[in-house]
Amino acid sequence: MSNQVTSTGNSKRDAGAERTGMTRTYRPLTDIIETEQGVSLMLEMPGASPEAIDISLERRILSIRANVPTTRHDGAELAHAEYGEGDFERAFTLSEDFDPERIEAEMRNGVLTITLPRAEETQPRKIAVKAA
Amino acid sequence: MLTPASSYFRHDPFAEWGRLARGMSRAIPQAATGTRTFPAVNVWRDGDMTVLTTELPGVEPDDIEITVKDTLFTLSGERKTPQAPEGAHWHLRERSYGKFSRALQLPYPVDPDKVEARFSDGILQVALHRPEEDKPRRIEIKAA
Repeated sequence: MSNQVTSTGNSKRDAGAERTGMTRTYRPLTDIIETEQGVSLMLEMPGASPEAIDISLERRILSIRANVPTTRHDGAELAHAEYGEGDFERAFTLSEDFDPERIEAEMRNGVLTITLPRAEETQPRKIAVKAA
Repeated sequence: MLTPASSYFRHDPFAEWGRLARGMSRAIPQAATGTRTFPAVNVWRDGDMTVLTTELPGVEPDDIEITVKDTLFTLSGERKTPQAPEGAHWHLRERSYGKFSRALQLPYPVDPDKVEARFSDGILQVALHRPEEDKPRRIEIKAA
């Protein structure tokens, strides 16, 4: 159903991330489930607020981007770091058409869930052949 | 035996943080992929306050447990597997689920009444304060 088209940077599980300018860009860890009704994607994007997420669908390419502000604690210094912070970016190629108007996205506890209901037009339709 | 005062005062309790954090961690295999420790923790310090931040995307706040006793901080919980409907087909499965647990040794005891925890956008932030009675006190020297 979906193939990854761009592999921007590494996931948080990997050792490093791609640097673009001053900020790092991570590839969000993703789960994809398909049912008869459609497809659901769940992307881990901790630190991204719903307003900072940008989703677009163009020519079957579903792109997801999120800008994550770097944590600052006034007066405090980072004494020990086990994870990095940065933006998230990933794109998927969809193998069928989905109605962009019906795509829903929800952000909950740092996980973005995108639901793509199957477009009715893509379901097999029998074409009647008229007699001449 | 006497320890030279100079070496004592130069000792940075946070310098050993990394070693302690690694040594104390025990990730439950099902929650972690490979040998990577989960959850990863960043530590911020500001004088007598320490702020721990950790990424827990997909974990419900009610499924997170934090305990503090003297110098030991523990964080545990569970990331539950999402309910997939009958006949669902997984195309991609990169995320991990299950129970997790971590313990961190802090350089000073923590006031259990002043622990502030906040969870937003999948990031847990815990502020720990050093109790007043544990803080080093400046001794005034009276003129004779």
